[in-house]
Amino acid sequence: MASGTELTPTSYMSHHLTNLTSSVGDSAFWTLHVDTLIMSVLLGLISFGFLWWVVRGATSGVPGKRQAFVELAIEFIDEQVKSTFHGDRHAFVAPAALTVFVWVLMMNTMDLLPIDIMAGVYSVLGLHNWRSVPTTDINTTFALALSVWLLMIFFNVKVKGLGGWIHELVCTPFGKNPVLWPVNILFNIVEYVSKPLSHSLRLYGNIYAGEIIFLLIGMWAATGLAGTFFGTLLGAGWAIFHILIVTLQAFIFMMLTVVYLSMAHESH
Amino acid sequence: MNINLTLFAQAMAFAIFIWFTVKFVWPPLMRAVENRQKTIADGLAAGERGRQELELASHRSADVVREAKQRATDIIAQAEKRAAEIVDEAKVSAKEEGGRILTGAKAEVEQEVFRAREALRQQVADLALAGAAKILRREVDAKTHADLLASIKAEL
Repeated sequence: MASGTELTPTSYMSHHLTNLTSSVGDSAFWTLHVDTLIMSVLLGLISFGFLWWVVRGATSGVPGKRQAFVELAIEFIDEQVKSTFHGDRHAFVAPAALTVFVWVLMMNTMDLLPIDIMAGVYSVLGLHNWRSVPTTDINTTFALALSVWLLMIFFNVKVKGLGGWIHELVCTPFGKNPVLWPVNILFNIVEYVSKPLSHSLRLYGNIYAGEIIFLLIGMWAATGLAGTFFGTLLGAGWAIFHILIVTLQAFIFMMLTVVYLSMAHESH
Repeated sequence: MNINLTLFAQAMAFAIFIWFTVKFVWPPLMRAVENRQKTIADGLAAGERGRQELELASHRSADVVREAKQRATDIIAQAEKRAAEIVDEAKVSAKEEGGRILTGAKAEVEQEVFRAREALRQQVADLALAGAAKILRREVDAKTHADLLASIKAEL
């Protein structure tokens, strides 16, 4: 917390919702959210490094507890993908789904870190603005959703050919009749725009709202004895409930990824 | 919430993590899992085969036992038959033997009777002779009347 300034609810909120930025260019676009980047890459390195470490020593005999845990996670993903995607899922879609699920889950889980204690830890490290949860940064969710969107277009073209894809854009879902072409195109544009938007904003909104509620509870806890009491109670309750949200949102994000990619593989 | 370069940096990181998972995480574990599935499937198949073989063997052993029982029954029946035959044979031979003994005894008895009768007859003849001799008082010469005495004796 910035010393010297008076602590108001507004400054408290904005303190917790400001990214640590680093400017690499002239305009507002050329900035990097250092906290988002470092946290997400660190979480990615930890989780995928862990997976790699376990998988490298994987035995096809009786698995140890660590391997059994990883297998459980991977087979869970594999089952989900199998029920949605009907192709060679091992080549790309299933491991991509695993990446999305694990990474998003890890980033979401940072929401459970107690914000004010973490702010204290970060300020000891000399970091005054540091947001722990990369998925509360819309850049992260948009990056993921747009990557999936590009993959979707890539697989559309790869599976159906450029002509096949354009034919699909023009002739589905209403029909081949030239009169219907504009309607089809309009419909598909809406679909292609809404997919990444809903995909990314759903995750962002849920996790961001969760963080806001933690902040509001934290503010109530600062108002006095009753506030502290109920704030503790509500904070614990919300954190427990948030375990569900964190997992559910990661799962939904993964499932949508799989669904979008398998739709790209199937022709209408 | 402002879109900036972070988006591209995150997309890059995402692409690298996907590549890493596709390349290094997914295939080895899938290989291990598939190998294990194969091992388990083989084991299950072997178990099934063993079960079938056990079933066959138990059928076979039941057959063997049944056959052995059948043979035992046959042998017992034969033995009983043979025993009955032996008893019958023994009865027959005993009867024969008994008959023979009886016949022998009868013949002996007859002989005894004959011999006793013969001795009796001799004694009677002697008595008669003695009586006659007493009556005739030396009238009768034993030597001269031997033929007569013998014929009397034969008649007695």
